[in-house]
Amino acid sequence: MRWVNRRVRKGNGFLLGAAPIALLVLAYLVAAAARHEANPNDKILPLPGAMAEAMAALLFRPDPLSGQLLFWADTFASLQRLGFGLGISALSALVVGLVLGVLPPVRATFGPLVTAVAVIPPIALLPILFIAFGLGETAKVALIVVGITPLMIRDIAAHITALPREMLIKAQTLGASSWQLLLRVALPQAMPRLIQSVRLSLGPAWVFLISAEAIASDVGLGYRIFLVRRYLSMDVILPYVAWIALLAVVIDFLLATGSRKLFPWAHGAGH
Amino acid sequence: MSALLRLRDVWVEYGDKVVIEGITLDIEAGSFVSIVGPSGAGKSSLLRVILGQEAPTRGSIRLDGAPLAPECGPDRGVVFQRYSVFPHLSVLRNTMFGLECAEAPFTGRLFGARRRAAAAEAEEMLTAVGLGDSLHLYPAEMSGGMQQRLAIAQALIKRPRILLLDEPFGALDPGIRTDMHALVTRLWREYALTIIMVTHDIKEAFTLGTRVLALDKRRHDPHAPHRFGATTVYDLPLKKPLATQALDGSSITIDSKDNN
Repeated sequence: MRWVNRRVRKGNGFLLGAAPIALLVLAYLVAAAARHEANPNDKILPLPGAMAEAMAALLFRPDPLSGQLLFWADTFASLQRLGFGLGISALSALVVGLVLGVLPPVRATFGPLVTAVAVIPPIALLPILFIAFGLGETAKVALIVVGITPLMIRDIAAHITALPREMLIKAQTLGASSWQLLLRVALPQAMPRLIQSVRLSLGPAWVFLISAEAIASDVGLGYRIFLVRRYLSMDVILPYVAWIALLAVVIDFLLATGSRKLFPWAHGAGH
Repeated sequence: MSALLRLRDVWVEYGDKVVIEGITLDIEAGSFVSIVGPSGAGKSSLLRVILGQEAPTRGSIRLDGAPLAPECGPDRGVVFQRYSVFPHLSVLRNTMFGLECAEAPFTGRLFGARRRAAAAEAEEMLTAVGLGDSLHLYPAEMSGGMQQRLAIAQALIKRPRILLLDEPFGALDPGIRTDMHALVTRLWREYALTIIMVTHDIKEAFTLGTRVLALDKRRHDPHAPHRFGATTVYDLPLKKPLATQALDGSSITIDSKDNN
């Protein structure tokens, strides 16, 4: 049988998917054990015990300086920034993308501007954001927004522009005005695409978040990673990276599930 | 007899390409006009011009004596071969759309008693096209024939002066197509519609229509094939339009003696 025709059953699919991850963990353990045999004080590839010990301090013991549980404070701060950034981006991308997509004169006027802004590397704007908004929360949220919004706008606008012409004509023969066309035809059909767009932007959003936190912050997952890097604390960095990956996967899963629940028609309803 | 739609010397040109040249046409209320012709003969262009999706390059079009605005409006309903229904709305909401647009200019949605009235009207229309049992399905859950039934119901609820059909049954299989022919004929008589239908299917054109128009190029320049447009080469009246037909109670199937 050709490989393109091989189907994987659900249970087997889980096993197959888990195998490479398990293999990776195993390879790490073997490498770590080998290094520790040569040098019991090795810091580059810490053993799970050392990681658990280091993380326990951050998870359960309040920091003597601030009195906070650092791990949770970091997680909360980062998720808050990410949430604000994604929320503001999604909302503005929806509004601007819809207007650009539906109204040809607006598209002709502002389309080139959005394209031009989208090609600026957002990190290059970070100094401007720090100068404009100071080193506080605003600049970090702004970096996420500046980083992902232009692409989301273009995505939504392109999706709306690509709606079948027949559908828009039909709506007009049913008496729809420009506003009703936007509200009743374009907006609902943009929503599943917006969620898709947010899912794809999650990766870049995390990049901008960690970058902003690494450069100027006093709390946050990215801040902690770059702080402990000075002490070669791989026993903290590795669990943090795994935690970030887990958070990203959970957010992505929630968005995908939400989209299927809210917009069943966009996911082959009923079939 | 007064014509509902009058086309006077209508030309459609794209740059130096002439698609339609000098079509002059009177369409009476209650008639069912089939438009046939080879691909690229401007059938769909003619329909688009009547629909208001495009303005004619030259010539005038009058509906009920008033010049047509070059924009689609609720006086001309349309059913396309595909993409005529909204995928994000259920069958009932798809049909209510036209009523909601008219009555709720700002929100585009109706609430309370007015919503119930619109839903009842939509349900009645859906029952008439045979979708009374599928009110809460989404278009993606329905067959092509059901989607076209929905598209027709959606258009008819606005009581358009003219219903334009652009190869409405082209994508359907033959059995379903026969059902749809019966449906369209019944609706045409019950609602006293004026229908203009573009089709590739000659048999369909003659079975359904009271009048068949054939579009083609009268002249052809082999060195510049785009310089001559299509016009009506045949205009065959088959039957009397609806209004007179209803009086003498004749069948709507083709009488071979009337078929010149």
